[in-house]
Amino acid sequence: MSDGLLNAPTSILFLVVAALGVSIALMKARVDLDDRTAPMAGLVAAFVFATQMLNFPVLPGVSGHLLGGALAAILVGPWVGALCVTIVLVLQALLFADGGVTALGANITNMALIGTAVGFAVAVALRPLAKRGKAGIAAMALISAFVNTVVASSGFVLEYAIGGQGAVSLGTVATAIIGVHCLIGIGEGVITALTVTAVAAVRPDLVHLLRGVKRELEIKS
Amino acid sequence: MTKRRRFFIGFAIISLLLAGVVSYFANSNPDGLDAVTRNGCTVVQTSQGERLGGDCIAQHAAEHPLKSGPLADYTVSGDSRFTGVAGVVGVVATLAVAGGLFWVLRRRSDES
Repeated sequence: MSDGLLNAPTSILFLVVAALGVSIALMKARVDLDDRTAPMAGLVAAFVFATQMLNFPVLPGVSGHLLGGALAAILVGPWVGALCVTIVLVLQALLFADGGVTALGANITNMALIGTAVGFAVAVALRPLAKRGKAGIAAMALISAFVNTVVASSGFVLEYAIGGQGAVSLGTVATAIIGVHCLIGIGEGVITALTVTAVAAVRPDLVHLLRGVKRELEIKS
Repeated sequence: MTKRRRFFIGFAIISLLLAGVVSYFANSNPDGLDAVTRNGCTVVQTSQGERLGGDCIAQHAAEHPLKSGPLADYTVSGDSRFTGVAGVVGVVATLAVAGGLFWVLRRRSDES
């Protein structure tokens, strides 16, 4: 979101929330980073940046783009995934004037923290599905990404409720935001499913969520 | 070249192509959130560009402090013909910052 949509105290509140969340992610990320996964994580961040540029049409006059939290969390884990999306958002705001600077806290909270956490939670819940093979992996990725988009967008509704500018009623904003993000979530789901199944097909060992899965399948058979 | 390195190079090339080439085909309408914040407003074209008439959330949006930056709005000095160039710069910058941070944070192979 741009600067100015939230009042100053609310912007500062979410800058603090984002700083706390990112600090925790920085401390926890180390466990999931080694010589093999660190370059992968850098590439995932770059991929999220690239894909966020690709707005697709969702309604007449309205577009959507990937947020990337579920995608990153499935591929490189929730802590590293949150950092990937955070870096993308910071660079977008500072290099490309895309997304406000005082709004960065709210944007990081919604897309990098809430979206990634929720997307990963759904992905973990659906891991049994992903163990069944390619279709299961696609379904897991699609559903986690859809939920990630919708819940991340409701972060804006929360922020608007706390300190949004403008006279539009909360109910109107909530319905419109969540409604349009259900459509965007389908696009996010398709892109995430395509990406995760493509990586899983060639390098399943580089999909964080599938770690150990292949071994389990081998033991069963 | 190892299989892993080949995969990493392929992944990087895909991101560069998406940001450098496919980005020209991106939809230019406002995204979901921007569109919702414009609900209630009409876009009025003026000599200074677009202005919002009526009453909506987006009227409270402040101008971006880095709006006049060289890569603002994924252009090069405002020229959208260079969106692909801006995209490639963004991918390289993201890879450098994220890759650098993760490489520094990683567990060294001798301590696991």
